[in-house]
Amino acid sequence: MDGLDALKSEWLGRIGTADDEAALEEMRVAALGKKGEISLKMRELGKMTPEERQVAGPALNALKDEVNAAIAAKKAGLADAALDERLKAEWLDVTLPARHRRAGTIHPVSQVTEEVIALFADMGFSVAEGPQIETDWYNFDALNIPGHHPARAEMDTFYMHRKEGDNRPPHVLRTHTSPVQIRHMQAHGAPCRVIAPGRVYRADYDQTHTPMFHQVEGLAIDRDISMANLKWVLEEFFTAYFGTKVKTRFRASHFPFTEPSAEVDIQCAWEGGTVKVGEGEDWLEVLGSGMVHPHVLRAGEIDPDEWQGFAFGMGIDRIAMLKYGIPDLRAFFDSDLRWLRHYGFSALEVPTVHGGV
Amino acid sequence: MKFTLSWLKDHLETDASLEEITETLTDIGLEVEEVEDRASRLAEFTLGKVVSADPHPDADRLRVCQVETDEGVKQIICGAPNARAGITVVIAKPGVYVPGIDTTIGVGKIRGVESFGMMASERELELSDEHTGIIELPSGEVGDRFIDWLAANDPSKVDPAIEIAITPNRQDALGVHGIARDLAARGLGTLKPYEVKPVAGGFPSPIGVSIDADTLNDCPHFAGRVIRGVKNGPSPDWMQDRLRAIGLRPISALVDVTNYFTHDLNRPLHVFDVDKVKGDLRVHRAKGGETLMALDDKEYTFLPEQLVISDDHGAESIGGVMGGAETGCTAETVNVFVESAWWDTIRTAYTGRDLKINSDARYRFERGVDPEFTRPGLEAATKMILELCGGEASEIAEAGAPIETARSYPLDTKRVQSLVGMTIPKADQIASLTALGFSATGTGDVLEVWVPSWRLDIQGEADLVEEVARMASLTKLEPQPMRRAKPGVPEPVLTPMQLRERTARRTMAALGYNECVTYSFIDRDSAALFGGGDDGSMLDNPISSEMNHMRPALLPGLLQAAARNQARGRMDLALFEIGAAFHGGEPGEQHLLATGLLIGGSGPRDPYGARRPVDVYDVKADAEAVLAAMGAPAKVQILRGAREWWHPGRHGMICLGPTKVLGVFGEIHPKILAAMDVKGPAMGFTLWPEEIPMPRSKGASRGAVEIADLQAVERDFAFVVDADVEALNLVNAAAGADKALIEEVRVFDEFIGGSLGEGKKSIALTVRMQPTDKTLTEDEIEAVGAKIVEKVGKVTGGVLRG
Repeated sequence: MDGLDALKSEWLGRIGTADDEAALEEMRVAALGKKGEISLKMRELGKMTPEERQVAGPALNALKDEVNAAIAAKKAGLADAALDERLKAEWLDVTLPARHRRAGTIHPVSQVTEEVIALFADMGFSVAEGPQIETDWYNFDALNIPGHHPARAEMDTFYMHRKEGDNRPPHVLRTHTSPVQIRHMQAHGAPCRVIAPGRVYRADYDQTHTPMFHQVEGLAIDRDISMANLKWVLEEFFTAYFGTKVKTRFRASHFPFTEPSAEVDIQCAWEGGTVKVGEGEDWLEVLGSGMVHPHVLRAGEIDPDEWQGFAFGMGIDRIAMLKYGIPDLRAFFDSDLRWLRHYGFSALEVPTVHGGV
Repeated sequence: MKFTLSWLKDHLETDASLEEITETLTDIGLEVEEVEDRASRLAEFTLGKVVSADPHPDADRLRVCQVETDEGVKQIICGAPNARAGITVVIAKPGVYVPGIDTTIGVGKIRGVESFGMMASERELELSDEHTGIIELPSGEVGDRFIDWLAANDPSKVDPAIEIAITPNRQDALGVHGIARDLAARGLGTLKPYEVKPVAGGFPSPIGVSIDADTLNDCPHFAGRVIRGVKNGPSPDWMQDRLRAIGLRPISALVDVTNYFTHDLNRPLHVFDVDKVKGDLRVHRAKGGETLMALDDKEYTFLPEQLVISDDHGAESIGGVMGGAETGCTAETVNVFVESAWWDTIRTAYTGRDLKINSDARYRFERGVDPEFTRPGLEAATKMILELCGGEASEIAEAGAPIETARSYPLDTKRVQSLVGMTIPKADQIASLTALGFSATGTGDVLEVWVPSWRLDIQGEADLVEEVARMASLTKLEPQPMRRAKPGVPEPVLTPMQLRERTARRTMAALGYNECVTYSFIDRDSAALFGGGDDGSMLDNPISSEMNHMRPALLPGLLQAAARNQARGRMDLALFEIGAAFHGGEPGEQHLLATGLLIGGSGPRDPYGARRPVDVYDVKADAEAVLAAMGAPAKVQILRGAREWWHPGRHGMICLGPTKVLGVFGEIHPKILAAMDVKGPAMGFTLWPEEIPMPRSKGASRGAVEIADLQAVERDFAFVVDADVEALNLVNAAAGADKALIEEVRVFDEFIGGSLGEGKKSIALTVRMQPTDKTLTEDEIEAVGAKIVEKVGKVTGGVLRG
């Protein structure tokens, strides 16, 4: 069978010139369709002698395969070119703003409360809660602050209104989280380790005071807990909380509900009006503490001859300000969106001991 | 409590520096609040000598002085009448700050003549009120620092003043002597004994004293005496300097002596002008209604039971709190009655509080004054008055006697060390207590400790422990590890409700809300809008009318926050708060709420047109997400009929059954927004986390999940119903058609009115059927479809849309 080479070069040449899929399809039909040129040649095989067929058959089949492959390759090439062309047209200005997604925030008071809980939980403290409107017994008497005690007057207490004829002493907005100590001791007895974070209230409003703020109370009662243990617990806490070794200084003081009592300072340095915790020579007062007074243990229905322990109270807003460099306490409660976004925390920044707080 | 260094050294023999003293004070519980080192403020003033003083060409009262200074002769214009050649003066050069006039001196022209500084008066240097002329010094060289001259010649003028905070128990530290005792007990020097020598009276006291029998509990001891023929001029400079240094205004010798004793020895005294007192003095309880013009020139009306000192005229003094103006001493006083009495702490506290008087006397008597020092204090004061004012003292008139204070408590010296966590040898404990005036006896571990009369605050062993601890120095306390309560991995500590609160908070933030912490108290009007504002949740002494009621809900606080933000130009808001709301004024009448508030658009305007106003379905989604996070059941009812602050047609209560409300979402009522100045519309939701049932199973296992391999089939149905038929009814009806097969029914379209006609709407549902054992045939699907149509038709009257 002659002319196969010419046929091959003719078809391969034509396939190469096809400039779209339709032209390519036409060529396929013209070459390999029922009445295509190559198909017709195949039919001629029937008329050949077996010897001729032995030679021409494989040659024709090879030609057919080659043309088929050329068509497929050309087809793929055309598709790629077409896609390239399309993608070129699909240009977007990716500097346009992203579609908006609202980002929420956690308030620093909540975040720091969780940080405090995470660290104290690791030292075995659970979390106790109590009412914000308190009886004067829980807020004062049970804490060894009788009615005439000067500390009562110094507390700037908010009193609840009493109806005419109701002669009970007025309830108060708790001035500290300490009443939770009493409630917890009454309910759970000794030994115990709890912290009690929450809102407290004092009638005071100026640059550095708001009539509502947040405290966390700590209470640990056991057979042999000492003030030296308290110092260790607080230093462990502050070191983990501030993420740097923090020393404390205990100064003798007096609170009606603890004895001995100490005010606790943390080590700090003042630099250009801002405070840096954990370095320097200065001391910053951050909390009041002491060994729970026997009268308070008795009010909590715990025998002071058998049990002893420490208590402390610390301002959550205050340690939040110190750690995160927040200048103004009043802004905590103003809900200015810019402030909430600047000082707030992401929902997924959950404080943990293993991840750090 | 304020005192000066030299005053302290009257009572304490010590070489300690000011710094050592202040550090020790703070360590032993007398926290130093301020050290006012007056010398440092005057450090830049130097001495000069006036060479000449000539009249100013343009001002009669001014002089042009040439003054020799350490920087040569300078011209200074001066208006003082005593400015003249030859005197030694105190110079403030240009650049020096003058405290008394709060001004920094500059170079300037005074009436056209240049002046290079200032010559200072005592008032300008805050040394006294003297301002009739400039300071003339009797000695000193040109160029000397003025503070050096003062230190050498008039040290009380530059005496550092120390202010300490007094904790309520430290009555004994309200006198300088007591502070010295504390410092001496810590080893910072030696306490100088305070010796009182009785002054013999030359005649019986013309004024007698008595205490009513029913008053002896509150005023057990009252003593006084007359000193006649006194001359009540100004007190001596040293006393005036000290009083001024602690912030008191010198008045006259007699009054200054009482103030001096108050601060020096914690012994308040009062002086009556004998010639204004009618008859004898009687201490008694007020009947109520008596009035008195007190020394602060205010009139007070006594309440029953308050203590009064009366003469034949009536009330003349408020016992333990303040004297009366009528019988007070003046410059003309020649005969004085000096009173020294002991007033009960509690009675004094109540009287002072009820009459709203804060005096030095009240401050001390309510904390406790040494009962044994009533009479010695009177003797010492007599001696001082005789020295300063002359005169002749009468015998002492006295009623009652000091209260019995002798008492002892056991002190377990081992327990002390166990409580403090520090080794404090028994001998040291005894030494500290002894130096503080206690006496300790006993040979074993447990001491018997007797309390001195000036420590009324010591009421038990714990108080003694504190004394030992503060003397041992808590600053020296070494931290000691506290054992874990249990070994191993700490147990989780949060309660299910605490976890739920935390989950709600984190979920809301994740949904794009900003957490707020707003005040628990709001104004009555806002509280009333949300079902509160009644007397039960009202504060008796609010800080302002903006904060006089406990909040009945979180929405008002968030709406106020929204209004503030809108006023600052922030219009798109997503705020939330989680916290207590109050349904009454009793402890425990509070409940936990989680509230979200959405106002404005879904986001900023953007090129994609995505911004749209927030709507009810936004807050519904968020409310459902937070409830789900807290573990609320997925199957709930949506009911209407929530409280009046919700838009009546645009809210839903998320309920389990007809009465258990887990939450409310919806649009806030426009009237509420108008009342609270919020630009709406505003969408909100409130959840009651405590209402969500606790899960029954405590285990963590969730069971196996059944995931069918067979292909699920979705079919859509559109029903025409009356416009007021709620979509959830259609959904529930459709789902009920074949509970086993129907996995989910979802609304995907709502069309109201139009070709359907007035009062009609179309709701389109897509129903997902999930076979579990074999693939559904078309006939089976048709059959389920027919059941759905039938069921929906029966329940809602809906028909398939043609």
